[in-house]
Amino acid sequence: MAVVQTIRAIGHRIVDTVWRIGVAARFFFLTLLYSGNCLRRFHLVIKELFSTGVMSLIIIIVAGLFVGMVLGLQGYETLKRYGSESALGVMVALGLVRELGPVMAALLFASRAGSAMTAEIGLMKATEQISAMEMMAVNPIARIVAPRFWAGVISMPLLAALFSAVGIFGGYLVGVVQIGVDEGSFWSQMQAAVDFREDILNGVIKSVVFGTVVTVIALFEGFDAPPTAEGVSGATTRTVVTSSLAILMLDFVLTAIMFRGA
Amino acid sequence: MERTTLDLWVGMFVVAGIGALVMLAMKVGNLGTYNVSDTYQVHAYFSNIGGLKPKASIRSAGVLVGRVTSISLDTERYEANVVMNVDKRYQFPKDTFANILTSGLLGEQYIGLVPGGETEMIKDGDLLKQTQSAMVLEDLIGKFMYSKAAEPAKEGAK
Repeated sequence: MAVVQTIRAIGHRIVDTVWRIGVAARFFFLTLLYSGNCLRRFHLVIKELFSTGVMSLIIIIVAGLFVGMVLGLQGYETLKRYGSESALGVMVALGLVRELGPVMAALLFASRAGSAMTAEIGLMKATEQISAMEMMAVNPIARIVAPRFWAGVISMPLLAALFSAVGIFGGYLVGVVQIGVDEGSFWSQMQAAVDFREDILNGVIKSVVFGTVVTVIALFEGFDAPPTAEGVSGATTRTVVTSSLAILMLDFVLTAIMFRGA
Repeated sequence: MERTTLDLWVGMFVVAGIGALVMLAMKVGNLGTYNVSDTYQVHAYFSNIGGLKPKASIRSAGVLVGRVTSISLDTERYEANVVMNVDKRYQFPKDTFANILTSGLLGEQYIGLVPGGETEMIKDGDLLKQTQSAMVLEDLIGKFMYSKAAEPAKEGAK
C-alpha cells in the first residue's frame, strides 16, 4: 500500500507544480494587462524603485568590488603560467559583462529585494489588506503588483551594469595597482576584445530577463502565500530557492543561444 | 508636481546605472575606440587564412590601422576573400603586400601590411594583389618531417 501512496504523492506534486506554473503565467499576463495605470501614475513605480533598486545599491557595489578583485587575483595566477598577464583585463571584463555581472546581481537581487517583496505582499494578504482593497474596488494587481514588477524590471539591468563596472574597477585595483600588470595593455586588450553588441548588450538583455523572472516569482509567491505566519515564511524561502535556480538555468539557456559559435 | 527626497535617490540610482552602462560601452567595449573614425575598404584573396577571424586587427609596422570585416570563400577562385576596413588617416601604395601573421608563437592571427614603392595610393574597394597566406603549423611540421625522411635516402645513394 505504501508504494501506491508514494506514487500518488509524486503524481500529486507534479500536477500541483504544473497547476502553479499555469496560475503564475496567468498572474504574469494580468500584471502586464493592468500595468497601464501604474505607468501613468509613475510615482508609484518610483517609490518601489527606491526600496528595490536604491536599497540594493550597497550590497551590489560591495559584492561587485570583491568579485572583481578575486577575478583579478585568480586570473593573474593562471595567466602568469602562460606569460599572458596582459590579457587579465580581457578575462575580468568578459567574465563580468557576459556572466558574473547579470547572474550575481540577479542572485543578490533575489535574496535582497525578492524576498522582501514576497514577505510584504504575503503579510498584506495575511492581514487582509488585499481583500480590503478589493472591497473598495481597487484592483490589487494594478495597485500593488504592477509597480513592484516594473521597478524590478527597470532596476535589474542598472544594478547589473553597476556590478560589472565596479567589478572591472576591482580587477584593475588588484591587477594593475597591486600586482603591477601593465596598465596600457590591461585597458587596450580589454577594449579590443569586448564588443558592444555581442558582449555588453547581450549582458543587458540577460539582466532584463532575470529581472522579469525574479520579480514575477517573488510577487507570485507573495500573492499565492497561505495567509498564515508559516505560509509567509515558506513563500519567502520558495522565492529565494526558485528564483536562484531559475536564474542559473536560464543563464545556461541564454548563454547557449547568445554566444554559440562566437 | 511635488519633489521628494525619494525622487532624488531614485534619480541618483538611475544616473549611476546609466553611467555604468556608458562607461562599459566606452571604456571597456570598443564603441568609443574604433568605429567612429572614417575608414575605407580594401579586399584581398588568400589561398589559406589559417585561424584568421572577423574583427582581427590589421597592422602596419606594428601599428593598428584597421580591422577585418568579413571573410568568405570565393567559389570561382576557391580562395578566401578577406574584406578589411582601414583607417582613412593611413594611406597605402597600390602594391602593398598583405601577409597573415601570428602574434607570438601561438597567439591570434592578424594581417600585416607592408607598403610597396609605387606612388599611386590605394582607393576604396580596391584589391590587394600581393598576399601571403597564413603559416599553418601542420604544414610546416609535415615539410620538416618530409625533408628529414629524405636525408638518409640521399646519403644512401652516394
